[in-house]
Amino acid sequence: MLNTPKNEKLIEAKGLTKHYGDFVALAGIDFAVHKGESFGFLGPNGAGKSTTMRIIAATLTRTSGDICILGKDPAERGPEIRAHLGVVPQQDNLDQALSVTDNLYIYGRYFGLSKKFLRAKIEELLDFAQLTEKRDVKVETLSGGMKRRLTIARALISEPEILMLDEPTTGLDPQARHILWDRLFRLKEQGVTLLLTTHYMDEAEQLCDRLMVMDNGAIMAEDSPQGLIKKYSTKEVLEVRFGSEKNAGVSDQLKEMCERIEVLPDRILMYADDAEHVLEEIRKAGLHPVTSLVRRSSLEDVFLRLTGRSLVE
Amino acid sequence: MITSAAVAIAEARIGKTGESIYSGRARTILERSYLAFRSSTWIVVATGFLEPVLYLISFGFGVGKLIGNIEIAPGHSVSYAAFIAPALLATSAMNGAIYDATWNVFFKLKFDRVYQGMLATSLGPLDVALGEIGWALLRGLLYAIAFMSILGVGGLITTPWALLAIPCALLISFGFAAVGMAVTTYMKSFEQMNIINIVLLPMFLFSGSFYPLSIYPGWLQGFVKCLPLWHGVALIRSVSLGIFTTGLIPHILYFVVMIVGGLFFTTRRLTALFMR
Amino acid sequence: MSNKTIARQGSLVIVNTAQAMKRGAWYVTEARVRTLFRWIFSLLSSSLLNPFFYLMSLGIGVGTFVNARAGSTGIDGEKYIVFLAPALLAAVAIQDFMSEVTFPVLQGFKWDKTYFAMNATPLTGRQIALGTYFASLIRTIGSVVLYFAVLLGFGAVNFGRAWPMMLTSLYAAGCFAALMMAAAAATENDDIFLNLMGRLLIMPLFLFSGTFYPLSSMPWPLQTIGWISPLWHSTELGRWVSYGHQISPLMIVIHFTYLFALLVGGLLWAFNRFEYRLTK
Repeated sequence: MLNTPKNEKLIEAKGLTKHYGDFVALAGIDFAVHKGESFGFLGPNGAGKSTTMRIIAATLTRTSGDICILGKDPAERGPEIRAHLGVVPQQDNLDQALSVTDNLYIYGRYFGLSKKFLRAKIEELLDFAQLTEKRDVKVETLSGGMKRRLTIARALISEPEILMLDEPTTGLDPQARHILWDRLFRLKEQGVTLLLTTHYMDEAEQLCDRLMVMDNGAIMAEDSPQGLIKKYSTKEVLEVRFGSEKNAGVSDQLKEMCERIEVLPDRILMYADDAEHVLEEIRKAGLHPVTSLVRRSSLEDVFLRLTGRSLVE
Repeated sequence: MITSAAVAIAEARIGKTGESIYSGRARTILERSYLAFRSSTWIVVATGFLEPVLYLISFGFGVGKLIGNIEIAPGHSVSYAAFIAPALLATSAMNGAIYDATWNVFFKLKFDRVYQGMLATSLGPLDVALGEIGWALLRGLLYAIAFMSILGVGGLITTPWALLAIPCALLISFGFAAVGMAVTTYMKSFEQMNIINIVLLPMFLFSGSFYPLSIYPGWLQGFVKCLPLWHGVALIRSVSLGIFTTGLIPHILYFVVMIVGGLFFTTRRLTALFMR
Repeated sequence: MSNKTIARQGSLVIVNTAQAMKRGAWYVTEARVRTLFRWIFSLLSSSLLNPFFYLMSLGIGVGTFVNARAGSTGIDGEKYIVFLAPALLAAVAIQDFMSEVTFPVLQGFKWDKTYFAMNATPLTGRQIALGTYFASLIRTIGSVVLYFAVLLGFGAVNFGRAWPMMLTSLYAAGCFAALMMAAAAATENDDIFLNLMGRLLIMPLFLFSGTFYPLSSMPWPLQTIGWISPLWHSTELGRWVSYGHQISPLMIVIHFTYLFALLVGGLLWAFNRFEYRLTK
């Protein structure tokens, strides 16, 4: 098991479902994650991302289908699987009564790690998470970003094969997000397999080699970020506003000028490989948008195309 | 229109004494408590007055059998149940007020940031203090009435004067709530809040609730007589037996001082915390 | 910010899965005990000071009146404080054991969700439950021993004779606590649970278990509370051990068996609820 080939599948799921009573949280999904890759689940709240993550983390039992993690079935060999996972849940569940160091120490003990090993490891992780100065502080007094970094450091205490992060940067300020991204990037360089959910497209683009777009418990598409954009969107997008009352009125006229058009309540998105050119045509037609913006296509556009909805509502 | 109404309300207080700390609308705080109360669970509210009743049954029956009657004044003795009942009423007035004015206030202050929101409007800190304490009193009133009804059914009320025990219980509640809230506004952590509990239990156990103070040595009697609960117990015990003397005046004054002092410090602290 | 790379061997090398799985419950115990030490002052004050006050107020204060009236026959043949001591020790044990398996459970599942963090490691629900329970046992041993010393100081017990009372109190408390741990794990609404636990369970059990007077002096409908109350069973055993309170051998068997049934039922229910809550 130690000398695993680079392309080994660490996680493989087939026809995975999860029902809560009548509610279908996962409607039969297939996917595989390879060793050393960084794999993302992208989708809005309620898409089934967290459900999938919890099944992989061996803390939620599937309703049907097959899933194999590190060669084992999580429903039967949960503890053995969890011994090699590092889990960062959506909401930090640090032990509020303990100090920063004690949180790391105790968590390491849960994996049966020796005190001697942990002493050295904790120093490394405090440094990694930039919490060395806060080492003896009680967790409740930390800022949101510090708590998040501590939760990630905690997940790394056992040097996990797979690091799972559920919405790692939701609720963090931009600076804290960039620090986290930097940390995650380094882990990836060390060969840690990363699994993350997000509803931020920039995060997905930054961190993920491969993405699975989810909606309503189903997989809408799966590819690299660039691949998805290439497949489901044009090179560029023109965003125009005519004022909320007029947007719908001009849309028929605009449709002719681009490959595809999306009329949103507040603006119109026009997809084309040369968006500047489209803008010129609009002007030529005698229409005068209040604002206009030319930009590159992003995952947001992919998501809109696939589901007809925005990612962040 | 709404803005102009708010301005009008604020303007109505201009020039009146204490306009910066009191807008005269403590009632809205009561209303908020009522709205929050509607979503609380009835069984939690309904069982709130059980503690003194259970003590009354357990001690009245059981310990009463072991102790017999108690002489509360020369030539005047009462059954053990009748002896402890006023003390239990006073204690439950204290506990109810303390619960509402300390733990509840602490949560609102620390975690829910309710007061910050209230004080960002034209409400003043005294409105908040009076509103919160008023709610504690309303609840206390209900529990006192319930307890007195049970005493009535149990044949422990011997004179109509005993009904005066209800306003006395309110006075006690008011005093403890005002001081409790004032103390809470200075508290920082759960550990500190626990100190309140640590102080309350011995006060309950040693304030002459279960037996006359006469068995204590003189110095201890003197100490207990400085405690607020002893004044509460003595006040209700006298009133519920229809014994009225000038000796009651210090008891009442004690609580008036607690009320005024408590309100003063609560207002001052809330101002310092949120309106600097 | 540091740019050091972390030496990495990987969990496949450093985690001894078999050992982690085998000793899981002890790791949880270690964590809980560590947390308890942070609160040592509060713990000591609540588990020692409160019963100490009860002993002063009731044992000495009420005792003065009771002894005066009972004369040489005493209560159950003894001075009031001797009669009261086993009940107070039993109550301390139950109170402490119970609070240390209910609050952490509510905290773990609801307030801080630390149990979910534990369950993300090799730990299982059963191990988390057991670990919480063992830590509470350790704390309760501490309070029982300390309180027994206080009782000795008051002359309320005779060490040579009464020391096994610590064991009976601990046993009864442990049995009942298993059930309470399960109840805490089963509850979804912590507010209602805590309020009702205090008012409808703890308070009645404390007051109607023959704690302050022989249970038989109550009207029989109220005596039934005592029969189901672990505190009464514990108190009876304690009085038997402490000063030779008369109980038939059959009743002794009943006391032990009833409490044991609570332990087994409680633990099974708790394991079930822990697994359920964690994998829901």
